[in-house]
Amino acid sequence: MNLPDFTQPDLRSPALRRFAALLDPLDDARLSALAADSAALTRKHFGRAIRLFAPLYVSNECINNCAYCGFSRDNAILRVTLDVAEVVREARHLVAEGFRNILLVAGEHPKFVSNGYLEACVRALAAEVPSVALEVAPMETDEYVTLVRAGAEGLVVYQETYDRETYARLHTAGPKRDYDWRLACPERAYAGGFRRIGIGALLGLTDWRREALALAAHLDHLLRRCWKAQLTVSLPRLRPCAGSFAPTHPVADRDFIQLLCAFRVCFPQVGLVLSTREPAPLRDALLPLGITMMSAGSHTEPGGYTGQGKADLHLTVRGRMVEPEFAAEHATGQFEISDDRSPAEIAALLRAHGFDPVWKDWDAAILTP
Amino acid sequence: MTTEPLIIAGREFHSRLLVGTGKFSSNEAMAAALEASGTQIVTVALRRADLSGKGDPFANILEFIDPKKYLLLPNTSGAMNAEEAVRLARLARAAGISDWVKLEIHPDPRYLLPDPIETLKAAEILVKDGFTVLPYINADPVLAKRLEDVGTATVMPLGSPIGSNRGIETRAQLEIIIEQCTVPVIVDAGLGAPSHAAAAMELGAAAVLVNTAIAIAPDPERMARAFAAAVEAGRAAYEIGLGARAETANATSPLTAFLTK
Repeated sequence: MNLPDFTQPDLRSPALRRFAALLDPLDDARLSALAADSAALTRKHFGRAIRLFAPLYVSNECINNCAYCGFSRDNAILRVTLDVAEVVREARHLVAEGFRNILLVAGEHPKFVSNGYLEACVRALAAEVPSVALEVAPMETDEYVTLVRAGAEGLVVYQETYDRETYARLHTAGPKRDYDWRLACPERAYAGGFRRIGIGALLGLTDWRREALALAAHLDHLLRRCWKAQLTVSLPRLRPCAGSFAPTHPVADRDFIQLLCAFRVCFPQVGLVLSTREPAPLRDALLPLGITMMSAGSHTEPGGYTGQGKADLHLTVRGRMVEPEFAAEHATGQFEISDDRSPAEIAALLRAHGFDPVWKDWDAAILTP
Repeated sequence: MTTEPLIIAGREFHSRLLVGTGKFSSNEAMAAALEASGTQIVTVALRRADLSGKGDPFANILEFIDPKKYLLLPNTSGAMNAEEAVRLARLARAAGISDWVKLEIHPDPRYLLPDPIETLKAAEILVKDGFTVLPYINADPVLAKRLEDVGTATVMPLGSPIGSNRGIETRAQLEIIIEQCTVPVIVDAGLGAPSHAAAAMELGAAAVLVNTAIAIAPDPERMARAFAAAVEAGRAAYEIGLGARAETANATSPLTAFLTK
């Protein structure tokens, strides 16, 4: 499949032209006006409701080297792949906390994270959780068909960076080096039957304005190609992780807010996701402006919620397994979360701000014959 | 002000304002707005409700809608085709929620425009299955007649896209639907102001459905009352009969009155 070069977007699209203009530096008055428009449009399209979800990391094994990611193959970290029973125990903990929407996350490792394994995880969870989504390595369409049949409803795949040169520099080993394979992934997911498709770019790897415009161009393209999918956009800013990668292009809070509001104003019906990567005060401030979906109380290490998988922890150094020299308590996380408030605290906070925390807005019965 | 009752599938209602339950700041705020609106028919997205029968405390929206006060009208939003909509409706009936269903099939999540082909297909199956079916449709007069032919209890054409607050952009088509249909025509979606609701009622709509404009208002209860008043006023004007529009002014005390004295 030949996709357009999203870093050279066609600005004849009205939404993109408007988006590009809104990325220009704004004075305080114009930024306030943009924020007000963004807030009003969010209320109109999504109401006073914020959807809550939790990531469930099932494995941090990985054969890729990505300079910014804690799970990189060459990082000497504690790794584990939870077995299906352990995944279910983690999920039950999340369900008890209120979550009815769980995102399964795994590194890329065909041996540990095989398709059969993911299918078994999805099947086990779909019986107990109304909405199951995946954030895993890109696959072929027919593999997606299998996962959708098993009960998965959403797929999340970030391009990380749309800048080819930066992409090549940061992804130094593993199948993830193939930029185009990843870029076409959302369309394969759509063809495979996924209902909700999430895209995103990691902020901090390159100039945020160019990155955001390419992401918007990709979104604009997907809105036409995948017209039945509920698309969401995430704008994760890089957090500290193993491997001590420092973002070369950090994005200031003010720019981040402008970017979020620009997305909302130009794509009013698209969901905007905010994770616990962002600190509590900023998450609170962003609540009314455009966010439609939040995670809460997240752990980014497999087994992080209930201590599953402890017995199988192992250290890998440059891809080779090594016995840990000390008794390990838990696997290494992908990155440090910044907002560590519990789901109940986040729900109470939402209510205090006049928002309805929505735990369930999907029923597996829609898809299951 | 008393207007004629609304009759749907043999059941009589005194309010012609149907209210949706999405987008409120809390279930409590929603319940208060329903009460203030005087509505007797309330629609709820099944995907937000607990269909397992386990009384899920994290999906308890139905507990805030008193079945003694309101006819609960579950809707199939989330379904992308006839098969999924039929499945949801049957599940709702099996869970004891209702055998009435607001049939909504909008595969396009951006504008939520209804799929006419799948809607007709699902309506046919559900009617045969004994459901009372209220289908959400685009303002398409032929589709409205086709649905009536398969036995739906109403038709629910849109004024403008869901949540758009743009009011009645489909007036010419709505006029044809109202002229031709023998089942109640309920204008659904896009009504952003009480004046929009009044206009739909003046056209001869049997009822209107409002959600966003009430749910996201700074004071949903007062806005619900404002819509209720507008619906009643519009209906009364329709029943009385509005004067014909003229291109020129007509004096309220005609100068020719002396001729008839």
